[in-house]
Amino acid sequence: MTEKELICVNCPIGCTVTVKMEGDEIISVTGNTCPKGEAYARKECIRPERILTSTVKIEGGTHRVLPVITSEEIPLDVMFEAMEEVRKVSVKAPVSEGDVIISNLLGTGADVVASRSMAAAD
Amino acid sequence: MRHYESVIIGGGSAGLAAAVALKKQGIGDIVILEKDGEPGGILEQCIHNGFGLQTFKEQLSGPAYAERFIRMAEELGVEIKLNTMAVGLTRGREVEYVNPEEGDVTVSADTVILAVGCYERPRGAIGIHGPRCAGVYTAGQAQKYLNIDGYMVGKRVFILGSGDIGLIMARRMTLEGAKVLGVAELMPYSSGLPRNMKQCLEDFGIPLYLSHTVTKTFGKSRLEKIELMEVDDNRQPVPGSEMYFDCDTLLLSVGLIPENHLADDAGIEMDPSTKGPVVDDSYMTSAEGIFACGNGLHVHDLVDFVSLQAERAGEGAARYIRAKREGTEAGERRVSVRPGENVSYTVPALVHPDSAWGNVEFFFRVKAPLDTVSVVIRGGGRVIRTIKKRKMIPSEMERVVLTKDVIAGLSGDVVISVEPQA
Ligand SMILES: Cc1cc2nc3c(=O)[nH]c(=O)nc-3n(C[C@H](O)[C@H](O)[C@H](O)COP(=O)(O)OP(=O)(O)OC[C@H]3O[C@@H](n4cnc5c(N)ncnc54)[C@H](O)[C@@H]3O)c2cc1C
Repeated sequence: MTEKELICVNCPIGCTVTVKMEGDEIISVTGNTCPKGEAYARKECIRPERILTSTVKIEGGTHRVLPVITSEEIPLDVMFEAMEEVRKVSVKAPVSEGDVIISNLLGTGADVVASRSMAAAD
Repeated sequence: MRHYESVIIGGGSAGLAAAVALKKQGIGDIVILEKDGEPGGILEQCIHNGFGLQTFKEQLSGPAYAERFIRMAEELGVEIKLNTMAVGLTRGREVEYVNPEEGDVTVSADTVILAVGCYERPRGAIGIHGPRCAGVYTAGQAQKYLNIDGYMVGKRVFILGSGDIGLIMARRMTLEGAKVLGVAELMPYSSGLPRNMKQCLEDFGIPLYLSHTVTKTFGKSRLEKIELMEVDDNRQPVPGSEMYFDCDTLLLSVGLIPENHLADDAGIEMDPSTKGPVVDDSYMTSAEGIFACGNGLHVHDLVDFVSLQAERAGEGAARYIRAKREGTEAGERRVSVRPGENVSYTVPALVHPDSAWGNVEFFFRVKAPLDTVSVVIRGGGRVIRTIKKRKMIPSEMERVVLTKDVIAGLSGDVVISVEPQA
């Protein structure tokens, strides 16, 4: 049996979660304070996933770029490919928080959405 | 002179939460002064996720968290003066501000809430040898250029200081195509949150050099190279440990300090360990009717705590206004709350047992990482509460709650210490 200590990245509490594994099988998850911690630890041992945050170009807005966030976690190993997609996009103001900027990013099932509203510059 | 019930200086998460709390308490004649062109404060540039898990039970980005409070403030009709900088504050609660429409104006108020945020320690404060060439930025400054203005500050980056902003920027610049060569930390432990060590450095294979510091910079018009050295237990560079990195950018993430010009103007008593004002359980400073909250009071790593404290400051201000009106002054008896063994500070640092209202949360930090310890709270020399902790680190702010009844029954000074488990 192997034991892994992970730091949960779901929130700033950063629980130390212990995962006991028998080969590829997870025997137990302990140390987490919420169910998210357990789900995180299970995924982390198989294929780690993360939320991606970045910015996209925006035309006619109060700033030059608009912050965006994935609607759910995407595999860590596609982050750089995902950034390529994000870089291609340009949107027009106004935008509301939650507006979908890219749907189904790289077939992951996650959308890239605006993480703030931005009015048109006057 | 225009008179307000409350003037709130700063429209970041602290100022917004304080204003919302005041409105909810029925205090309507209030204004937020914000020097920036939009409300939200530092959160607008913190585009990463990890905000609001406690307040909204969701993982929001900084701007999304701010937007919720901006909307609440709008719905409650809070007046926000943008592009408006407060430039003076007196003990008598006169606030001088400037903006392009009104020019230079002085107003008075029953209460003033300082919610001014913090600033980053600049290069000059840490003394690195070398020419003053371009390419050396504080991490927060680089974050603003990238996330708000859309400019990358460099391609080959070294980061000094393992504070959270530096770690977040290491990941952000890597994703944007820069090569981050490493992060150096003077102390033998990181000053950032464990989750950021994991998801910002480990995920991308960025090396962390603990007990190391940048000793020299090289370059003519632009930074070309830095010298990194190991430090000994007294934080002095170890001769012979020099390493060199070719880079065009050095980011400094070496600490945040509460912004306290206005508090100084008003002669408010400051706490040398937090570098912010000393406050009581309603977040009132040593100047009557002047309150403080957020990063301008002490530096926070969790915005949820900022919102919580600011709400309490807003409620405190509302109570103060009502008490004045009704002629019922706050209880005179004061008990001080002090850091004991292994604790660097406590906020609030004063409580009023005779006018206790609700439970009081105390925030503190440990001085160094500790394992298997107890937080021990003593009042008048007697142990009031003991809480066992498996692990405590300076980068995580700790919180303990004392109930209203315990506060009301306090007979002597409160001391919060962290001790080996009995
Ligand atoms: C880079 C960074 C990353 C962070 N990451 C996280 C995280 O992942 N999760 C989390 O929960 N928390 C995080 N935090 C912590 C949290 O977001 C902040 O502590 C919190 O937002 C601070 O709010 P504030 O209102 O006190 O300060 P600020 O947001 O700085 O607001 C202060 C406001 O006051 C204004 N102001 C200052 N002086 C004047 C004046 N004289 N006149 C008028 N206006 C003035 C400023 O313009 C500013 O808008 C992070 C903080 C930073 C700096």
